Amino acid sequence: MNALNRIRAIAHKEILQLSRDRITFGMVVMLPLIYLLLFGYAINTMVRHVPIGIVDLSGSMAVRAITEQVRVTQVVDVVASYATPAEAEAALVAGDIRAALVFPHDLTQRIAGGESVAQWLVDGSDTMVGNALLALRDMPLQLDAGEPRGAYRQSEPSFEMALFFNAERRSAVNTVPGLAAITLTMTMILFTSIALVRERERGNLELLITTPIHPLELMIGKLLPYVLAGLLQLGIILGLGGYMFDAPFRGQMSGLVIITTAFILANLTLGLLISTFATTQMQAMQMTMFVLIPSILLSGFMFPYDAMPAPAQYIAEALPATHFMRLVRGVYLRGAETGQLFGDILWLLGFTAVMLTIATRRFNKTLD
Amino acid sequence: MTEPAIRARNLTRRFGEVVAVDAIDLEIPAGRIYGFLGPNGCGKTTTIRMLCGLLTPSSGDAAVLGLQLPGQAEKLRHRIGYMTQKFSLYEDLSVEENMRFISRVYGLGAATADRRIDQLLERYSLGNLRGRRAAQMSGGQRQRLALATATLHEPDLLFLDEPTSAVDPENRRDFWEKLFDLVDAGTTILVSTHYMDEAERCHELAILETGHLRRQGSPAGLMAELEDRVIEVHGDGLREVKEQAMTLPEVRSAAQQGLHLRILLNERLEDPLSYLQTRLRGEGLTLQMARASLEDVFVASTRGGDKP
Repeated sequence: MNALNRIRAIAHKEILQLSRDRITFGMVVMLPLIYLLLFGYAINTMVRHVPIGIVDLSGSMAVRAITEQVRVTQVVDVVASYATPAEAEAALVAGDIRAALVFPHDLTQRIAGGESVAQWLVDGSDTMVGNALLALRDMPLQLDAGEPRGAYRQSEPSFEMALFFNAERRSAVNTVPGLAAITLTMTMILFTSIALVRERERGNLELLITTPIHPLELMIGKLLPYVLAGLLQLGIILGLGGYMFDAPFRGQMSGLVIITTAFILANLTLGLLISTFATTQMQAMQMTMFVLIPSILLSGFMFPYDAMPAPAQYIAEALPATHFMRLVRGVYLRGAETGQLFGDILWLLGFTAVMLTIATRRFNKTLD
Repeated sequence: MTEPAIRARNLTRRFGEVVAVDAIDLEIPAGRIYGFLGPNGCGKTTTIRMLCGLLTPSSGDAAVLGLQLPGQAEKLRHRIGYMTQKFSLYEDLSVEENMRFISRVYGLGAATADRRIDQLLERYSLGNLRGRRAAQMSGGQRQRLALATATLHEPDLLFLDEPTSAVDPENRRDFWEKLFDLVDAGTTILVSTHYMDEAERCHELAILETGHLRRQGSPAGLMAELEDRVIEVHGDGLREVKEQAMTLPEVRSAAQQGLHLRILLNERLEDPLSYLQTRLRGEGLTLQMARASLEDVFVASTRGGDKP
């Protein structure tokens, strides 16, 4: 087949160029590493020194001992004390403190009865902080000398928790597979949009259009090498990220490759479309950012999709990253079968087809 | 001559309101070098692109190598070669990699490609540059590479869009030698240029201006048409003489060239020398008839040369 040979010729040429373009090639490898360290470090760090207030309604001696035990975890800094829970709540709303520890009137009886000794009022608006404080719920407390109340013998939680502002708790463990989505969005769109714009800027396109190459062949030939580059990035992120941050891979490798390829293709074709609008590489980069920022913010990578207002969800639905985020979390963390995630895969493939069609059409137009 | 390589009727191309090419008729014989001469923006590139099938004509049609345009552009692509104005091969690929890429694009088999590449590297003295990246080559070397690549698939028709704008005169000379070699082998060449010396080498010329075909013919024939209309004036104070000359109704243009003034007349006059002698005042002026140059032809046939 002549068409296949031409596609192969372009793909081969593209790989040659890619291997010589040290900066781009470096980006393929370095970008996932840098993202992994940046984002990975941010989520991996224990939350420390959260400012809290104390409300002591009991006047008991035990308050001091318990507060001290909480303080030495280094998770919190006691910055204020309030007379009533209402005052603490006001301070919480004002943002002076992120949580308040309320000791009830009957503190001494509760200790004796083995019940929860006190209540945390937690600002859940920052999930990271909220989760860190939630982790204090079950901390073992040393309430009197000689009788350790370790975790192993504790039937009741040490504290009662009341989560403010964000009653549903969402886990933030998904970062490593999520990073794959962000890195691929960034690099895949950028590489293709730049690759084609560069051909135009350097005049190569002027020659190519006089040859028997069909626009569609040119596009496909240019995309193929980047699919490999994308899978390489996935390997780096999930391999190294899984190891560094202990995010275990529970799914099937084949499923992972299928969904990632679909996602890479969606991004590559979006990049192609951008390249038909941009006249310079700079413009292509700016347009890539235009897609990247919403992808980071709305795809569910930073903020939970379910917590977003409806309009944001509509926008999120239009981004390939959102669908991939769902897929990769499903396959990677929950071990879901590809069949269960069929809808999102289909969406990505449909997106690819639409983008490729529009890009090819527009590419034709630019000649005429 | 049998069938012409290119025949165009009423070829027109509009870009919005602008008419880039206006109803051009062409008949370009096979096995010749045919030149498009004209200033930038005269419609040379647009015409060439239409004849390659890259642009669809707004109206009119063309038959190129017996293929109908618009309609059979895809088939035509395999039989034409195109050398762009700006170097358009890949700078980060070597000579051989560029050639091999293009050979695959044209569907040349590996054996044919090997043979052609060796042959062309030899012919265009690129043999020792085989592994050199295009970015590290001189203007002349790049131009030879571009020509070698454009002829890789042995096209019947070669389009050259201002091929020598980036090379020195010596390389330009060599380049034209290669073009005549190609013509001898049966290739038809269509070349666009704004250099007079280059245009003069063509078998036939078309002078284009603002999308119109002003004149067509062999360079010698076109120059012969201007016989008795070019006069050289020697003497002092040529700037003032020029001013005077430009006010005369019969003078088409006047331009100083070194130590003399070259005057082109609108029509052939009975006695052009005495016509000017009686009308130009100046110290010790000598007038003599001169042979028309291609530049005179160009000025005479374009409106750009009109007096304000």
